[in-house]
Amino acid sequence: MIPAPFAYARPTTIDEALQAVAAGGEDVKILAGGQSLIPVMRLRLAAPETVVDLNKIAELRGVREEGDAIVIGAMTTHSDVIGDPLIARYAPLIAEATETVADRQVRHRGTFGGALAHADPAGDLPAVALALDAEFVLAGLAGRRTVPAAEFFVDYLTTALEEGELLVEIRVPKHEGWGTHYEKFNRVAQAWSIVAVAAVVRREGGRIAEAKIGLTNMGPTPLRAAGVEAALSGVEATREAVAAAAGHAAENTSPSSDLNAQADYRQHLVQVLTRRAVTAAAGL
Amino acid sequence: MSQINVRVDGASYTDDVEPRTLLVHYLREQLGKVGTVVGCDTSNCGACTVHLDGEAVKSCTVFAVQADGCEVTTIEGIGADGALHPMQKAFHEMHGLQCGFCTPGMIMASIDLVNDNPDPTEDEVREGIEGNLCRCTGYQNIVRAVQQAAGEMHGRSAGATETLGAQS
Repeated sequence: MIPAPFAYARPTTIDEALQAVAAGGEDVKILAGGQSLIPVMRLRLAAPETVVDLNKIAELRGVREEGDAIVIGAMTTHSDVIGDPLIARYAPLIAEATETVADRQVRHRGTFGGALAHADPAGDLPAVALALDAEFVLAGLAGRRTVPAAEFFVDYLTTALEEGELLVEIRVPKHEGWGTHYEKFNRVAQAWSIVAVAAVVRREGGRIAEAKIGLTNMGPTPLRAAGVEAALSGVEATREAVAAAAGHAAENTSPSSDLNAQADYRQHLVQVLTRRAVTAAAGL
Repeated sequence: MSQINVRVDGASYTDDVEPRTLLVHYLREQLGKVGTVVGCDTSNCGACTVHLDGEAVKSCTVFAVQADGCEVTTIEGIGADGALHPMQKAFHEMHGLQCGFCTPGMIMASIDLVNDNPDPTEDEVREGIEGNLCRCTGYQNIVRAVQQAAGEMHGRSAGATETLGAQS
């Protein structure tokens, strides 16, 4: 099976890429790592008129420190994320979750920004970005704007990216001193999450001062488990308190039913995984 | 058509390709490198794994035009002067193949794994090659082969084979 014909552009700067997208006609697709796009093009579920390949744009790759945040270039590959020292120090949750994405070969090509812009509800990185209060920097011909993670994920496979815009970098606040854990449930190798939970927890002595919980595949977009976060705020850091708080994890979720799991099973599972994720993140 | 310049298994090629041509189809149909096979068409099976600038990728999930200016190594390019690569030798010695269809991809993925992790545990091997499926389900001996080859590739003695000898 091969994709339908398309015009191919390979810009070397962000400005050139924006021009290529603008000039690409009605149906333009942006090619990042291609590990989701090329499979759907092969099946002809997508048949874009123009493909704009970002792989030669050096300024979109790499991680840098900027004040109280780290900034991850959208085209930084999953492999590079896993090995990056700044991510290891300030946001190890990202590396931990990225290690569970697909398989080695896919992680060599797939990119952090590509996975976020694709916004698959079963993808692991959107919930992680949401739990870490990341901000998304979008570039367009008119300039740049910054969108918080809570506003970036709009619907199933739909983000705040407007036509003609590119996701260029992701700013992640440093989370030094926080405990984090990504708890993922799937059944077979290289599988997508059936449900997963990203937990980001700050302790003060014997108490949980603050918790931020991101849920994967519990609705058309990644979700924050606000009920769990409220229940954990200020509680004594015990396994019992965490288990009680985790009972709120299914509130306001709307998971789908599919071959892997029915919605009510997902709502059960999310409570179990939240308890495990928070327990690990809190060091209990 | 786009013109690409690419090195494959040590030789340089300049070719015209349609942008939609997948790397695996370029390798097989334009260069005759049929050692790299297509198993699934869905990016799952890993049979088409090659090294692109030294990293394992699924060549069904890369466009040939993206390999422009790159170095590609296929299963046909890993042996030196007619001798088997240590990974090929280990798959042979440890019976790491049954029908053989997944073998080119298994070997290319395993070399990539061992380049990063010179002494993988059994679990690390299983996780490291999770992108490759064996339709005969012959994973047990594949794992043994990868561990034996890891020892040879990194200059350790064959002592590791003591625990690998018994066939289950």
